[in-house]
Formats: sequence, structure tokens, C-alpha cells
Amino acid sequence: MVRLVTHNLLACHAKDCNTNNFPLGFQNVQLEIREAEFNPDFVRAFLPKIEWNALVKTARELGDTSLPDEQPEMVDDDFLQNLHHVLFELHVIEGAMVCPNCKHVYPISDGIPNMLLAEHEIA
Amino acid sequence: MSRPELVAPPEIYYGDSEAKKYTQNTRNQQIQADMTYRALELLNLPPEKPAFLLDIGCGSGLSGEILDEEGYNWVGVDIAPSMLEVALEREVEGDLFLQDIGQGLGFRPGSFDGAISISVLQWLLNAETSHPTSSPPHRLQLFFTTLHSALRNPSRAVFQFYPSSDDQIQLITSIAQKAGFGGGIVVDFPNSKKAKKVFLCLFVGGGGGQQEIPKGLEGEEEDGKARFERRRERERSRAKNGRRRTIKDRDWILKKKELYRKRGKEEVPRDSRYTGRKRKPVF
Ligand SMILES: C[S@@+](CC[C@H](N)C(=O)[O-])C[C@H]1O[C@@H](n2cnc3c(N)ncnc32)[C@H](O)[C@@H]1O
Ligand SMILES: [Zn+2]
Repeated sequence: MVRLVTHNLLACHAKDCNTNNFPLGFQNVQLEIREAEFNPDFVRAFLPKIEWNALVKTARELGDTSLPDEQPEMVDDDFLQNLHHVLFELHVIEGAMVCPNCKHVYPISDGIPNMLLAEHEIA
Repeated sequence: MSRPELVAPPEIYYGDSEAKKYTQNTRNQQIQADMTYRALELLNLPPEKPAFLLDIGCGSGLSGEILDEEGYNWVGVDIAPSMLEVALEREVEGDLFLQDIGQGLGFRPGSFDGAISISVLQWLLNAETSHPTSSPPHRLQLFFTTLHSALRNPSRAVFQFYPSSDDQIQLITSIAQKAGFGGGIVVDFPNSKKAKKVFLCLFVGGGGGQQEIPKGLEGEEEDGKARFERRRERERSRAKNGRRRTIKDRDWILKKKELYRKRGKEEVPRDSRYTGRKRKPVF
């Protein structure tokens, strides 16, 4: 279950891949929406960690257009609900994540991304 | 008792049948749970603040289930597919990654508010091949440097592990220090052969003496057991009373979907008789 909360923290870790290695692009995605308890405090606490542009872009790629281009200054409940949905309720269960820089493909199967590197890709 | 990490590489040792055996053994469940509670205690997170944690070598989720119970959000990484499959079957809440921690982690700086690792680190002390990238010091260094950057400043990472010598402890702590960590070793029940537990307690930031190495627990095994069990009861009831999450009911999901439809969002899944049902294990 790759949720966007985790995807937003994930960069490519292959050898010498240090720039333009985020966000990993989703491919051939099978999406599942799974309800999660809304915890406004947690969503709020997570806000400073988010790379906003990457989150909006990825959410839209997955068909969710509920987030504004810019992170709003006023954080109201409606916004937190949308953000909660995007971060915790969209689950990618099949497909792959591809590094925008080195093009390494991290396959996702049964909700688990395979982050293993080949010998020559290890730093 | 032979040491599993000397028998075979982890992803082989923890194959389908061992993964099941390991997870179903009630005594093992109890031991892993107790050590997880103790690790959380040593993690010393600010109370009542939501935290996003990393479970390093999460396995089949015995440690992760405690994190769920305590209301933490978490991500787990493990190298053994069979262990992760069991974790999926047990429907733990954390996101799971198939990952060799000795290859380094890819999380952005400051991603986690803390990390725990229960009974894993000893696996990194054994080389699998003669390739330079698989020498234990190299793997430890890659792991600790990338972990250090993935943690928030200030925060902690707590590892319970089974060193087989003081040299191993020395090797691990010196590499962790080079990676930027402060902290050190905490030994619980040092005088009890059975109850003795070693924790590596690492600090990110918090200079100026704010982060002090915690004290180990003293006494004999019996005391320790009683203490852990009491705590477990307490934690249980706390989890039940407050922080434990509930599965959203069907009405809530339907309302939510309705909201999306009103906003013209496409591809909202149709309501079906499956809506709001607990997802079945994939395997
Ligand atoms: C004794 S189990 C502990 C699992 C879990 N933390 C618990 O408390 O039940 C050790 C785990 O470490 C994992 N492990 C060993 N070496 C690893 C590595 N290099 N990277 C990731 N996980 C590893 C194994 O696959 C196994 O699941
Ligand atoms: Zn890359």
C-alpha cells in the first residue's frame, strides 16, 4: 500500500542519483481507495514535511484534483479533509515508480514497492 | 541456540514457513511486543503529539502492530518478502517496503519523527558475498548515513539487537557516530542471562546535553517481566480508551463519495455492497 504520504517522502536512492530524483513517477497504477480515520492533528503536523508541488502533481496524475496549486495560507477543515484523503486514503497497489533522473523502475506488487537495487546501483 | 544470522541470508532464512512460525509463536509475540514497548519508551517522543515513525526490519509486523495500537503512523522496511506477506495478511496499517537497509534508504531529509528497529541490526554484521558493497562496515555506513538524514532534528532511533561480541557493539556505534549520530548503548537487566537486552539509542541533534543516554533497567528477569506486563496492560487500556483508530463506517464513506461527485470528480468508485468492507488479505 503506497500511500501518497509515503510517496511524498521517497526519493531515488540509486548510486550517484542525487538531483532531480524526486518525486518518483507512477506507472500503470492500480489504485484502491481505503478509508482511514481523519485525524486533523496529524494532517496538520505533517504539513511542513510535504513537498507541495510534488504532492499536487502526483495526486492529479492519480485522478484527484482536490488540492489547490498553492498551499493555502488558511488551513480550514475542508482543506484538511481533502489533504487527508489524498495522503492517507489513496493506495497504489500495483504498478511501478520510476525515477525521473536515472529511470530506475521500482515495481509495486500487492501494495509493496520493491526498493532493492542491483549491485552496480549501490552507492 | 544457533544464531539465525549465521544460518542463511535473511530473505532466505525468513522464508514462507519460518515467517509463519515466527509470527504465530505466542512467546515470540510477547517478547517482540515487550521490546517494542521498551524501544518506544527509549524513543521518548513528545506525548500526545502525532508522530510518523520508521520500523526498520519490520518483518511480519509484530513490532508494527504495537505502533498501530499506540496510534502512530509508520512505514516499515524489510528484506524478506515472506515476512512482508505475513504483515499484509495481518493487515497492519503501515506502508511496507521491500528493502535492504544495507543498500541505504531513500527517504527525504527530515521525513521521520523517530525510528525503531527490533531484533534486526545483527543481520547487518554478516557479509553475504565478497563484493565491496556488501562488506558489513560499508553496509552499516550506508545505512546509518541515509537514516540520519531521513530523521528529523531533533529525534531518536532506537535499536534492540543481539550483538555477539563487544567488538560488534564497538563497530556499530563508531560507524553510527561517523554518520552524525549521538547516543550510545543501553543495557537492560545486565546481570540476568535471560532477560538481558541491548539497545542502541541514537540521537539526531539536540546538542547541549539535552539528549542524555537513558539508564538501563536493573534487577532480575522476574522483575522485568512483571514490569513489562503491567505496562502492556496499561498501554492496552489507554489504546482502547483514546488513541486507537477506528475503521470508518460505511455512511461516512458514502458521504465522502457524494461530496466528491458533487465537485465533479470523476472516477469515484461506484458504491457497491463492498463499500466500507474491510479489505481481504491479498494472499
Ligand atoms: C527477528 S525479525 C524481527 C522482525 C520485527 N521487527 C519483529 O519485531 O518481529 C528480523 C527481521 O530483520 C529483517 N532483516 C534482516 N536483514 C535485513 C536487511 N538487510 N534489510 C532489511 N531487513 C532485514 C529480516 O528479514 C527479519 O524480518
Ligand atoms: Zn534515480
